[in-house]
Amino acid sequence: MSALEPAGQAEPAGQAEPAGQPEPAGQPGPAGQPGPAGRHRFPRWRLPGKARRQETAAAWLMSAPVIALLVVFLVAPILMAAWVSISNWTGIGSPFSANVHAVGIKNYSALLSTPGLPQQQLGESIRNNLYYVILVVPIQTALALGLAVIVSRQRLAGRGFFRTAYYFPSITSSVAVSILFLFIFGSSGVINAIINGFGAHGPNWFADPNGVLHMVLSGLGVTTAPSALAGHGFLGVSWWDWLAGPSVAMVAIMALAIWTTSGTFMLIFLPAIYAIPADLSEAAIVDGANSWQRFRRVTLPQLRPTMFLVLTLGLIGTWQVFDQIYLISQGNPAGTTLTPAFLSYLTSFGNQQWGQGAAIAFILFAIIVVLTIVQRLIISERRNA
Amino acid sequence: MRRRRILGRVLLYLALLFFAVLYIYPFLLDIGTAFKTETDAAAHPLNPFPQHWVLSAFRELEQEDFLRWLANSVIVTVFVTLGRVLFDSMAGYALARLRFRGRGGLFAAILAIMAVPGVVLLIPTFLVLKQLNLFNTYPGMILPLMTDAAGVFIMRQFFLSVHPSIEEAAKIDGAGIFRTFWSVVLPMARPQLMTLTILSFQGSWNNFSTILVAHESPSLDTLTTGVGRLVSGELGAGSQYPLQLAAALAMTIPVAIVFFIFQKYILRTGEGAIKE
Repeated sequence: MSALEPAGQAEPAGQAEPAGQPEPAGQPGPAGQPGPAGRHRFPRWRLPGKARRQETAAAWLMSAPVIALLVVFLVAPILMAAWVSISNWTGIGSPFSANVHAVGIKNYSALLSTPGLPQQQLGESIRNNLYYVILVVPIQTALALGLAVIVSRQRLAGRGFFRTAYYFPSITSSVAVSILFLFIFGSSGVINAIINGFGAHGPNWFADPNGVLHMVLSGLGVTTAPSALAGHGFLGVSWWDWLAGPSVAMVAIMALAIWTTSGTFMLIFLPAIYAIPADLSEAAIVDGANSWQRFRRVTLPQLRPTMFLVLTLGLIGTWQVFDQIYLISQGNPAGTTLTPAFLSYLTSFGNQQWGQGAAIAFILFAIIVVLTIVQRLIISERRNA
Repeated sequence: MRRRRILGRVLLYLALLFFAVLYIYPFLLDIGTAFKTETDAAAHPLNPFPQHWVLSAFRELEQEDFLRWLANSVIVTVFVTLGRVLFDSMAGYALARLRFRGRGGLFAAILAIMAVPGVVLLIPTFLVLKQLNLFNTYPGMILPLMTDAAGVFIMRQFFLSVHPSIEEAAKIDGAGIFRTFWSVVLPMARPQLMTLTILSFQGSWNNFSTILVAHESPSLDTLTTGVGRLVSGELGAGSQYPLQLAAALAMTIPVAIVFFIFQKYILRTGEGAIKE
């Protein structure tokens, strides 16, 4: 699983030296908290043989439950799904029974290179998710940063209240939030009631498959696809349809995502903002910088590592959107809210095409890994420049 | 200059209030609409106050087996949380403090596993549960959620920060490795254990997708999958807003209670605990 180690933060494996291992510097904490400041290690001394054996036994014993769980419910499942993705298993009996055969890359080629419904659905799901990522990640990051900067002000009445208010949606379950948004964006729901208040007429949000970019183009008079765009395409979707933009239904789901996650990311930004040395901003004030200049020249550069963490987490999270799709739209209308994660579920559990469903999961995995590496490269290049 | 300052301050608070409304008003609407009649809910979506307060949504919810879902959610959450807290801190201690061959490799493997996106695991988890005859059982819903690498990481980071002299003192007093861990070092990790407890409570209480692929019989539904059925199933078509919003409200209350009690552990942001 070498693909799993793009982070470059793995310790050298198989350290024989019992004490004083090299510690990788500057590991990001799971939620962006800076690691503990002081780390202590036992002094290097020679352990007598018996004590060393005892310590080794205790260590493996204490790690055993976690290791067992990880092997049985993480490593084994992935290996099994890898087998299913290159087999013709139809969901009946065990995938290891004698009448299940390897079919090579057939499931993958049906998705990636053979024209047909599976390829087209995968293409559509990737398009939908791509727009989702491109719009949700920057907006939620900017919103989270903005809220964090304001809420971190020293003299602010009701700071605790605002912080709680912004964070609360993050801890609410996806089911409750989906219900809330079905109501808010319902055809006779909250948003449309507001729109009606302005005398306009709101769309039937979750039933509207029209792409936003297509709607803009048709507003400009472009209603039919130029033949150059309609005749050619990628992954079974014409270039014209790639340019559809997110559907109206997807826009509502994006609003849900931004509303739910910005609080989480605000909470990741806050400690980083507090960690900025006070004399930096004081020096800027003395130099006569206004608050925007201070933000732009002092705060933002200092927040770079956190920004990278938030963008990475956002990217990984947005490619995995599943719950909301399952609960709100099931990929409808007209397949415009289909995402690879949901398509993988639908193909396996719905159509019993287990090989293809597992293959989609691995394709999604590959997309996430590749994009994370690309993002890492872009940011580190900029840092070096 | 002074007037501009005041103006800036007013604008700041207006922005803060605007966002606070944006984040809180939906919940107020949720609470109000849960006590409305269906016609009232459809006619006045923006008004958080019912014209007549009715409990019909909650009565209906009870008929939908809500209490069984609640019990299942409690069972799953309690076992997942106990398992994670115990196993993660044991492994975290071993990885931070005990000297053994393969420690570096084990830690690297755990870091690599943390990078596997959860949603990719849905089909694989189902396959393994089927193979092990755990599909559609409580252990089948609990064990995959108990599998956790991030918690091991959190605990390891904490144990690395504990000064070794404390353990040496325990050793001199004749305590063995397990005793030192259990009665000396672990009690020091209370804040971290709290964090881990809250994380796994929230993670398992709110989990939808893993529970979804781990069972099929309605009697094993938790709050998330049970209420999810209300939305995406045949009832969803009728858009019974009061019923759905009552369900959303009821399942959010326990999370809200935990949140408000343990706020200081959740909203720990490094500005020092004294200022709040």
